[in-house]
Amino acid sequence: MSLTRSKRTRPSEGAAGALSLGFTTAFLSVIVILPIAALVWASRKDGLHQFWAVATAPEAVSALKLSLGTAVIVAVVNAVLGTITAWVLVRDEFRGKRVVNSVIDLPFALPTIVAGLTLLALYGPASPVGVNVGFTRTAIVLALLFVTLPFVVRTVQPVLLELDRETEEAARSLGASELRVFRSIVLPNILPGILSGTVLAFARAVGEIGALVLISGNLPFKTEVASVYVFNRIQSGDETGAAAVAVVMLLISFAMLLAIGGIRFLVTRHERA
Amino acid sequence: MSIEIRNISKRFGDFQALDDVSVDVDGGSLTALLGPSGSGKSTLLRIVAGLEWPDSGEISLAGEDASGLTPQKRGVGFVFQHYAAFKHMTVRENIAFGLKVRKRPKDEIARRVQELLALVQLQGFGDRFPAQLSGGQRQRMALARALAPEPKVLLLDEPFGALDARVRAELRVWLRRLHEETHTTTVFVTHDQEEAMEVADNVVVMNKGRIEQVAGPRELYDAPANEFVMSFVGQASRFGAAWVRPHDLRLSPTPGDGSREAMVDRVAHLGFEVRAELVRDDGEPFAVQLTRNEAEQLELARGQIVYVRPTRETTFA
Repeated sequence: MSLTRSKRTRPSEGAAGALSLGFTTAFLSVIVILPIAALVWASRKDGLHQFWAVATAPEAVSALKLSLGTAVIVAVVNAVLGTITAWVLVRDEFRGKRVVNSVIDLPFALPTIVAGLTLLALYGPASPVGVNVGFTRTAIVLALLFVTLPFVVRTVQPVLLELDRETEEAARSLGASELRVFRSIVLPNILPGILSGTVLAFARAVGEIGALVLISGNLPFKTEVASVYVFNRIQSGDETGAAAVAVVMLLISFAMLLAIGGIRFLVTRHERA
Repeated sequence: MSIEIRNISKRFGDFQALDDVSVDVDGGSLTALLGPSGSGKSTLLRIVAGLEWPDSGEISLAGEDASGLTPQKRGVGFVFQHYAAFKHMTVRENIAFGLKVRKRPKDEIARRVQELLALVQLQGFGDRFPAQLSGGQRQRMALARALAPEPKVLLLDEPFGALDARVRAELRVWLRRLHEETHTTTVFVTHDQEEAMEVADNVVVMNKGRIEQVAGPRELYDAPANEFVMSFVGQASRFGAAWVRPHDLRLSPTPGDGSREAMVDRVAHLGFEVRAELVRDDGEPFAVQLTRNEAEQLELARGQIVYVRPTRETTFA
């Protein structure tokens, strides 16, 4: 009875549905799909062979490796520290909690070039605290950690808030230690949130340019990341080289999205049951 | 196994949740903690389970002091009003949790879980997730989970509170039967006096963080210790200095010795029984319970004037 009713839609609803579907598709096409298609087109303008050659040029490979490597480090650190931060913000009561909670969003609000400038002033050659990591890979990781800080915190926080505290009490009264409660009860529930946040942080770290361009120094084979490499190629008129590395970055992002989608699918099977 | 509660007090900020509460629960009994919301009954139950810490007082389980023990060490099974199901685990994994934590052998766990699934009538549901169960089934799963490690005592916090009336009534009977089978010392919290009377051997009536009376259902109704118990357990209205139950009032169309004038405000037919709401000459409303025959003989109707006479009164000093 209810099944047949839910299947039937009023004509006006159908029309509105088609309209909004059309709008969504058009919007998505113009904003996302067309530019990506253009990028892929530009990268293979000189043939597939040439594409492979410029994408695997030593400087390009070095830049891609650096970007991926630092992004992995940043993602892992974020997964752990972001979860802990979210935990403290949800579960602990302390003075100034609201202030800390709003400061978390600062990296989102701050233009990334400003973030880069700030970090350069603090940890650069003229560091007032005597820490000079300017133009090193450490500086890259630091800058990326700064701009990606909110991702995991903000994806885990709402899940933790919604978590049924009584399930933890139930586990405790069944004899589970605090560690076991976290591992068996809390973690499986917040894992999708941690994963989402980590992927977002990773993607952001792979693509970041504003916060890095000042502090990394952009030394080829040392501190030149993929995004800056793409920028430099364009500056020197090598459109194909830029597009080739850009497409590789695009593929990495897609692969990450798919991988995490797969993991999410597995860890949330009970929600679809 | 018995529970001894000695001089437990607990404050939440300005609110005195429990005020020097002492009570004994006999081993193997089925006890209800009955009281209105805010009476401290749930807090007391959580203190027994170690989920809440008292400001002062002691708890003994099976004769041993448990006051300093964490919930993990108390050997208590706890059932929550909203099931507290582990949503990411199947019914089987939920029930097995307490046994896995204790590192019991796999085949023993499988056997025990199968046994419990049968006990709570969830055979065939073992591989489902809690989201695929009805409320009543979820609560039965929660019960099986709590019973799995063979707890010394089973504590249930408003276990039927989130269920609809029919399932509630079924589970009451079922809990009673389960207790007869397992004989685990069981304490459940309820604000529903009918539930307490129907299920429990022994009822602890609480109000404002204190215990008003501890008695069997019958004694509680027939010999309430004070006005609070009189009016909370079953219905009662005041007649002068005395209290009267709705079924201890006689109505007659003519005035008689010791009777008072009243006006019928509403007549509700509840099958065999008829409930009349009346207003006394001094403006006080009260209720009378009659059989259908009595009501028909009196031809009760709204606006009619009748005369009431209590046949049994209770007075408190």
